[in-house]
Amino acid sequence: MAAKNKKLDDVLVKVRGLSFSRGSRLIFDGIDLDIRRGKVTAIMGPSGTGKTTLLKLIGGQLRPDQGAIEVDGQNVHQLHRAALFELRKRMGMLFQSGALLTDINVFDNVAFPVREHSKLPEALVRDLVLMKLEAVGLRGARDLMPSELSGGMARRVALARAIVLDPMMVMYDEPFTGQDPISKGVLVELIHKLNTALGLTSVVVSHDVSETAAIADYIYVLSGGKVVGQGTPDELSRSDSAWVRQFMNAEADGPVPFHYPAEGYVDDLMGGGQD
Amino acid sequence: MLWLRRLGRSGLSFFERLGRAHLFLLAVIAGLPSLLFRGRLLLLQLYAVGVLSLLIILVSGLFVGMVLGLQGYNTLVDFGAEESLGVMVALSLVRELGPVVAAWLFAGRAGSALTAEIGLMKATEQLSGMEMMAVDPIKRVVVPRFVAGAIAMPLLAAIFSAVGVLGGYLVGVGLLGVDDGAFWSQVQNKVGFYDDVVNGIIKSVVFGVVITWIALFEGYDAVPTSEGVSRATTRTVVHASLAVLGLDFVLTALMFD
Amino acid sequence: MFQNKNIEILVGMFVTAGLVALFVLAMKVSNLAAFNDGDGYPLVARFDNIGGLKVRAPVTMAGVRIGRVEAIGFDDETFEAVVTLSISEQYQRLPKDSGASIFTAGLLGEQYVALEAGGDMENLQANDEFMVTQSALVLEELIGQFLFKAAEGGADE
Repeated sequence: MAAKNKKLDDVLVKVRGLSFSRGSRLIFDGIDLDIRRGKVTAIMGPSGTGKTTLLKLIGGQLRPDQGAIEVDGQNVHQLHRAALFELRKRMGMLFQSGALLTDINVFDNVAFPVREHSKLPEALVRDLVLMKLEAVGLRGARDLMPSELSGGMARRVALARAIVLDPMMVMYDEPFTGQDPISKGVLVELIHKLNTALGLTSVVVSHDVSETAAIADYIYVLSGGKVVGQGTPDELSRSDSAWVRQFMNAEADGPVPFHYPAEGYVDDLMGGGQD
Repeated sequence: MLWLRRLGRSGLSFFERLGRAHLFLLAVIAGLPSLLFRGRLLLLQLYAVGVLSLLIILVSGLFVGMVLGLQGYNTLVDFGAEESLGVMVALSLVRELGPVVAAWLFAGRAGSALTAEIGLMKATEQLSGMEMMAVDPIKRVVVPRFVAGAIAMPLLAAIFSAVGVLGGYLVGVGLLGVDDGAFWSQVQNKVGFYDDVVNGIIKSVVFGVVITWIALFEGYDAVPTSEGVSRATTRTVVHASLAVLGLDFVLTALMFD
Repeated sequence: MFQNKNIEILVGMFVTAGLVALFVLAMKVSNLAAFNDGDGYPLVARFDNIGGLKVRAPVTMAGVRIGRVEAIGFDDETFEAVVTLSISEQYQRLPKDSGASIFTAGLLGEQYVALEAGGDMENLQANDEFMVTQSALVLEELIGQFLFKAAEGGADE
């Protein structure tokens, strides 16, 4: 019965009542998220809202203060280390920096998870790696070292590495940040293509509105530790929340103040140097 | 009042770090068996930690031995005991200078490099990335370096001592005219294998483990920014050098009554 | 691949160099080659005063090292020092009436036990005691005696 329910359940990642704080700073304050199988789900919000932290929580690298995260029916934070590692083999993650191992070349980087987790013969590893490198268009760059790659190429290599074990889901941490328009276009195309071709579930964390809106099936907008808006890109652009509108249309001032909280400007200027 | 609170806070953070360092060591020890299947990783680290430290060890060992030869001769010749030059050089090297000076050079050459490497891996999310690929960075990155350090240090100290004795021999016998036979026979008479040589090796193994532990922990615990890594590197060299001195006193007191 | 081979060779050379250094320290620098501590048989010598004799000090006969001091104890009935010597297995035929003395190597050197052969037909067996022993010369006593004699001589004149 339970197994049958699980099969029917098309929600891969279920976040319920998640709270997390770093020191005295509350980053998440009871958020609920559903990430559906086979879809591209985007999590958006201004810088510093803990989007990367959310991915680390889903990956089990951080532990929530309250609430639960279920991935494929398993509560991530109640798993033993070995089971957690098994689960992680089925999750790929693309780090903002790429996080390529700097002492080995592109080929060995992509081969790294395969060699660590399987005893496949080297010929097979080679085929597998070249297939994934071909998918991201970098088969010719296999002998380069990570330091010789541009930022966009490094991210594509990291993407090839993230999908080399054919995971059920891939988490993208700010895939578009700091990329030139062409690289952005390439990455948008890649994420979309991989999602449909491999039947992946994708989670994209980003604050690049247009690129993300172009590929996302569903978007959650976070701010101040809460989900302030959710829906398809269409629904969000028609949102009646002032905050979501400010974010989606990139306005400088609005519900998110331009000024960092401070005492009154005039008082501050007049009172200067008297205490 | 403020300084008292600050003192309390720095005391607490000191114990917190100390605790983390020991938990880290436990995790490393627990990960030791995994190295059995990864001989290749150990080989690469032996190269980085051992082979690359060899030159500085050889040069310093030779010069320390030569200086000992010169200084010792000048003192001993006043007592007409220049035949004991070899004993003096060999005993100081095998018991103290070999393990201790080699350990300092090791901390400066290999220890700082280890901290910087691991700290940068942390800063560039490589360690985090490994964890997300279900690879334990302690087993994959830390353990091979730890074992390499523990193996390389006694070998380096032995090389340092041997080259140092050679340096003392070159100066004493070659330059100052101490009798060749007397030099070696005195050395062999007075230097005990178990009491001196083996104890020196034990010291250098302990130093190797402690230096590598400090270096790896500082890297692993570093604040993942360029400033954090540079601070951690400095701390490695300072703490490791002091730890070597302190441990040397304790070990000497235990070994040589 | 070529680089990897190089690294393997260099590591191999490094480990070999380290082991050679250890071997040199063991065989050339220390007393491991000169005298093997393992196989020896014990003899006991009682002295009135052993001066500065230390455990592991050499035991010689005709100036040749044949053993070492194994242990030093004190007998509180006879108030004598009980020194156990370990003599190398190859020297089995020490006459039963051999004597043991404590000498000093040079004026300020280390003290050692010198054995003088006797004329007995029978040999010392393991754990036998020496009949004749001569204690260490204590420098302070010698100087004291000398001064005393000098003072006596001066008074006679």
